[in-house]
Amino acid sequence: MTSPLETAEDLAGLKRVVIEPLTRVEGHGKVTLLQDQEGHIRQARLHIAEFRGFEKFIQGRPYWELPVVVQRLCGICPVSHHLAAAKATDRLVGVTELTPTAEKVRRLMHYGQTLQSHALHFFHLASPDLLFGYDDEVHHRNILGLIQDHPELARQGVLLRKYGQEVIRVTAGRRVHGNGAIPGGVNKSVSPEERDTLKRDIGQVVRWGTEAVELIKRLFTHQLAYHSRFGSVPANTLSLVRGDGAFELYQGALRARDPEGRMIFDQVADRDYGEHLREAVKSWSYMKFPFIAELGPERGWYRVGPLARVNNCGFFPTALAEAERREFIALGKGAPVQSALAYHWARLIELLYCAEAIENLLEDPDISGDDLVTRGELQPSGIGVVEAPRGTLFHHYEIDSEGLVTKANLIVSTTNNNQAMNESIRQVAREYLDGNELTEPLLNRIEVAIRAYDPCLSCATHALGRMPLEVVLVDAAGGVVDHRYRQWDGGSSTLSTER
Amino acid sequence: MGPELVNRLKGEQDAGAYPELDLLTDFQPQVEHALDLRQRSWVLIADASLRARPPFELTRMRPRRDPSFTTHALTPAAVLQVYREIEGAEPPATVLLAIRGYRFELGEGLSAGAATNLTACLRWLRRLLATEASRWDALLRHAPG
Repeated sequence: MTSPLETAEDLAGLKRVVIEPLTRVEGHGKVTLLQDQEGHIRQARLHIAEFRGFEKFIQGRPYWELPVVVQRLCGICPVSHHLAAAKATDRLVGVTELTPTAEKVRRLMHYGQTLQSHALHFFHLASPDLLFGYDDEVHHRNILGLIQDHPELARQGVLLRKYGQEVIRVTAGRRVHGNGAIPGGVNKSVSPEERDTLKRDIGQVVRWGTEAVELIKRLFTHQLAYHSRFGSVPANTLSLVRGDGAFELYQGALRARDPEGRMIFDQVADRDYGEHLREAVKSWSYMKFPFIAELGPERGWYRVGPLARVNNCGFFPTALAEAERREFIALGKGAPVQSALAYHWARLIELLYCAEAIENLLEDPDISGDDLVTRGELQPSGIGVVEAPRGTLFHHYEIDSEGLVTKANLIVSTTNNNQAMNESIRQVAREYLDGNELTEPLLNRIEVAIRAYDPCLSCATHALGRMPLEVVLVDAAGGVVDHRYRQWDGGSSTLSTER
Repeated sequence: MGPELVNRLKGEQDAGAYPELDLLTDFQPQVEHALDLRQRSWVLIADASLRARPPFELTRMRPRRDPSFTTHALTPAAVLQVYREIEGAEPPATVLLAIRGYRFELGEGLSAGAATNLTACLRWLRRLLATEASRWDALLRHAPG
C-alpha cells in the first residue's frame, strides 16, 4: 500500500521545503516536503522529471547504431545500456542464442561494469554517510573526507574502480563508449595477453571484495535496529533470475515476490514483460510508476536493484557470495530484508560475486575464442533486459523494413524504483523529520535513503547536460526563507547563498 | 571537442609525431583518473566549454576540494586533490584547455565556430608539443586566455 504521506489532506498553512540537488538541463529530480506549523510532515514526494527526448532522438536511426548511441544516457552505467541495447538488437537480427565466446565476453564486460559501478556507489558516494554519520560536517562527509580519514579504504575503492574499467576496456575495446557488443555477438574476444593482465590482479580484487562485505556488515550491525528500520518499507521485489533460480545479471527470466517472500510470478520470459508490468501516471510527477499488473497500482509497486536481486534469488553460483547471501538473508527471519540501507550490504555481496565471476571467466578458454557473431533474419521488434547495477533495465525497439527505429521504450532502474524510493523517503520523513526543525543533517537523511537506491538520475531523466544544484526553503506565506544555488560549467563551479 | 582533438593528435602520432605524448579519452572525471596522472611531467586536460573566451582558454589547475563529489563527475581540481591524498605527493603540472563550443545537442556535429576554435587550439598545441617541456611554463604564460 502507498503511504498516506503521498498526498496531504489539506494544504492550507503548510510550509514547503524543497531539496533540489539532482537537477539536469532537460529534466531534474527534487524532493518536496510539506510541514505544518507544529513541524509535522504532511506530505513527502520525490519528483524526477523523466525526459523522453532520447527515445525521440533515436527514432529514424539505424538499429545497428543503438548499442553505441544509447551509452550517452549515463556516464556511470553506459555498459548496461550498451548490453541491453545489444540484446534487443540480437532479437532484431533474429538471434536468440549467442556463441559461447560472445556471451562470455559480454558477461565479462557486464561484471566489470557492475564491479566498478558498485565500488563507486559504495566507497565514494554512500560510505561517508555510514562511516562519518549523517550529522558529520558536510564538507567532510564525502570522498575526500574518506581519503583523509580512511586512506586505505579509499584507495581500495579507487583500485576496484580501476580494475572494473580495465575489464570494460578489454572487452568493449575502449575506455569509454565502447563498441564491443554488436547485433548478434561481439566484435572482439579477449586476447591471451589481455587475459593474463586481468588475471594478475583478480585475486586481490576478490580479497578486497570480501573485505568490503565485512566492512558493511560491521557498519550495518553496529546499529542494527536503527539501520534495519531506516527507509524500511514492505515492497514487492522484481529481478532476473536464472532458470534454476540462481542469481543472474545478464540473461535470465523475470521473477517477482511479495513483501512476505511469496512468489507472484516466476520464469517470465523477458520479452513478455509487458504482460506483467504496467506503468501508472500521477498528476504530481513526470515519471511513471510501474507496477505488477496482477496486483494493481496501489499494491503492485516493487523494488529493483541489489536488495531485490539478493532477496529474490535462490542462491549465488559462486561460493563466497553464496555464503554472504545466507548470512544476509538471515536478517529477514524468513521474509525479504526491507531496509533501504540493506541495499549497500546487498550491493557489496554483488560486488564480491562479480569479482568471483570474473575470476572464473578468466579461466575459461571460450573468452579467447574466434566464433564471435551469429546471424539471422531481421525482425520488427526486439526487447533486451539486463540487471544494471541499480536494477532491472528494459530496452524495447521496433524497426521498419529498412532497419530504421520507429519506436523505442526504455524503462530504467530509477523508474522501476520510483514508488519504492518515494515510500522510503516518506518513512524517513515520518520517523526522523516529523516535528523537528529541518536542519541539513536531517535533510541529508532523505538523501541517504535516495542514495541507497540510486544516486544517479541521469538514466531516468534520459538527458545529458550541466547540473545545477538548488535548494529553496519557503515559509507558510510562500516567501523564500533560504536559497542556495550551485552552477556547474564543465571544470568550474560557483556556490552562492542568498538570504 | 576533447575526443576530436585527441583523435587528430592520434593521427599525427601514428605518423611518427610526439613519441612522448600519451593520449587518453574519457567521459566523466572520477577518482580513478587520479591514477592516470602517475609518472607524468605535464597533463593537458582538453574539453569543450560554453564559457571560455574563443578560441580557447588555458587555466593552470591546482588541487582543490570542491563540491563536485556530489556528482558523478569530479572537477579536474578535485581529481588533482585525490592524487595528492592517495599518492601523498603533489600532482604533475596540469593545464585545463577549455575550447569554446556553442551547441551541444545530441547527435550534432561540430559547428563552424567550434571547428575554427578547434583548429586554432590544435595549431597552438602543435607549437607547444614541438617545444622542450622545460620551456612550457614560459609558453603557457603567453598563451590565449
